[in-house]
Amino acid sequence: MEAFDVERIRADFPILQLKIDGKPLVYLDNAASSQMPQPVIDCLVRYQTMQHANINRAVHTLSETATTEFEEARRKLQRFINAREEREVIFTSGTTDAINLVMHGYGRKLIKAGDEIILTTLEHHSNIVPWQMLAEETGAKIRVVPINDAGELLIDEYEKLFNARTKFVGVMHVSNALGTINPVKQMIAFAHAHGVPVLVDGAQAAPHLQVDVQDLDCDFYAFSGHKLCGPTGIGVLYGKAALLEKMQPFKGGGDMILSVTFEKTTYNTIPHKFEAGTPPIAAAIGLGAAVDYISAIGMDVIAAHELDLLNYATEQMNHMSGVRIIGTAEHKAAVLSFAVAGVHPHDIGTLLNQEGIAVRTGHHCAQPVMQRLNVPATSRASFAFYNTLAEVDALIAGIRTVQKVFA
Amino acid sequence: MADYKSLYQEVILDHNKKPRNYGTLERASHHAVGHNPLCGDHISVALNLDRECIDCIAFQGESCAICKASASMMTTAIKGKSRADAEILIQEFLAMATGKLDLDSPNHIGRLAVFAGVCDLPTRVKCAILPWHTLHAAFNSVASTSTEENSGLGPMDAPIGNA
Repeated sequence: MEAFDVERIRADFPILQLKIDGKPLVYLDNAASSQMPQPVIDCLVRYQTMQHANINRAVHTLSETATTEFEEARRKLQRFINAREEREVIFTSGTTDAINLVMHGYGRKLIKAGDEIILTTLEHHSNIVPWQMLAEETGAKIRVVPINDAGELLIDEYEKLFNARTKFVGVMHVSNALGTINPVKQMIAFAHAHGVPVLVDGAQAAPHLQVDVQDLDCDFYAFSGHKLCGPTGIGVLYGKAALLEKMQPFKGGGDMILSVTFEKTTYNTIPHKFEAGTPPIAAAIGLGAAVDYISAIGMDVIAAHELDLLNYATEQMNHMSGVRIIGTAEHKAAVLSFAVAGVHPHDIGTLLNQEGIAVRTGHHCAQPVMQRLNVPATSRASFAFYNTLAEVDALIAGIRTVQKVFA
Repeated sequence: MADYKSLYQEVILDHNKKPRNYGTLERASHHAVGHNPLCGDHISVALNLDRECIDCIAFQGESCAICKASASMMTTAIKGKSRADAEILIQEFLAMATGKLDLDSPNHIGRLAVFAGVCDLPTRVKCAILPWHTLHAAFNSVASTSTEENSGLGPMDAPIGNA
């Protein structure tokens, strides 16, 4: 097998050549947003230069080209997650939009007062707040799966939460704050045994793991383009066709209708029922190019390289006194949250930035996890396949500099 | 040693390590809690006004070095001052932190000038001004304040996303 050539990959990413205050950029904030390779940039330029028009409307050449490219992007995304049918792939503006779509389309129609929704302590705010809004509106109740000190879900406790009132489960595939890979396949099987549908927030999983929605048997799967080397403003909601058909539309407008009179409007079929208005056409096509790029490298190759980075960084950090890794699950994606004794994460972030190193500091939009683990905030290094072992060394050296400044 | 853009200077690190006037007051005429939802940091400021003069002041809370040093140096700067003078200093500090103060023109900033570099770090401006914002709230007997609240203090109103 040919060895993974990270330098060849890096040459595809113009932004990785940048210097920050004269220091080479060490970009370790991939869980927030990843960078874009030249083929995706080229695709966006080509689309805007030669293919752009509105879709699904006019009979002229450009409109037909744009429509064809847009629908081809949908098929690329379908293959990327192994959805059974392309109409099960809905373009949204991102993961947050996708979850809100399910809350409005499924939740507001089918979840009633007294019904229970199961979420987990690990969830990102985007998979908490929409459900709280629904609970407030309907009188439904939210139950929360606890975690252990390593940041792993307590599956026994999850199973105990089920009862006759349980109507929905929302769970993240990979924790953005800690990196924990949750046993979603097992959780979905258990929920289905109780007749309960499951939404998986895959924002942090889709860029790092092979996602097969048929194998997982999830009812909904949501992810974002910009964490996947694609543009911002685009994401995907996968939903099983039978469920999507049962749901009410989220947004009303053009494209999502078959006919409109002031007396009665007939909605379009899926996926168009959920794609009101002109979609981010360029972004969708760009995301199609991004999954082409990633698939050409191979998700298994990506996962193996990222695991090397995680293991190396974990080992290095474990040897540093005064540095503690937050989130020590057995199964982790390449996310490393950490605390440095006596130094606030914001000071770490600013000082690392002065070394050219980009990390995220704060609560990572996951305040319940932070509260549970008793940390106000953490610093987080999150890796992508274009990161190198040398960049891990730069991070470790940067942390030593921080410790020196605060000694 | 790298150029730390004059922010993490010895004096700031020293006030972070050994904050002055840290703790609570037994008797306080004014008190407020400031909160920065961006990072979860919070700080409380208590002071006692004796005929419009700040005769004692204390702060405590959980925050980054910039915020803690700013609070510590704020308490030493305004202790013994009149409320009116303290309000002027608040305005000058906020202007400096956002790069709007001409340090060459007459002002009362003095040693607080070590925070001037924060204006080059937009995401850290709120860390530096939280204590001052909280002091302002305390004078006006606002029990609790936040960096996201519109208090008419300009720079605190600038939104910073938390995604």
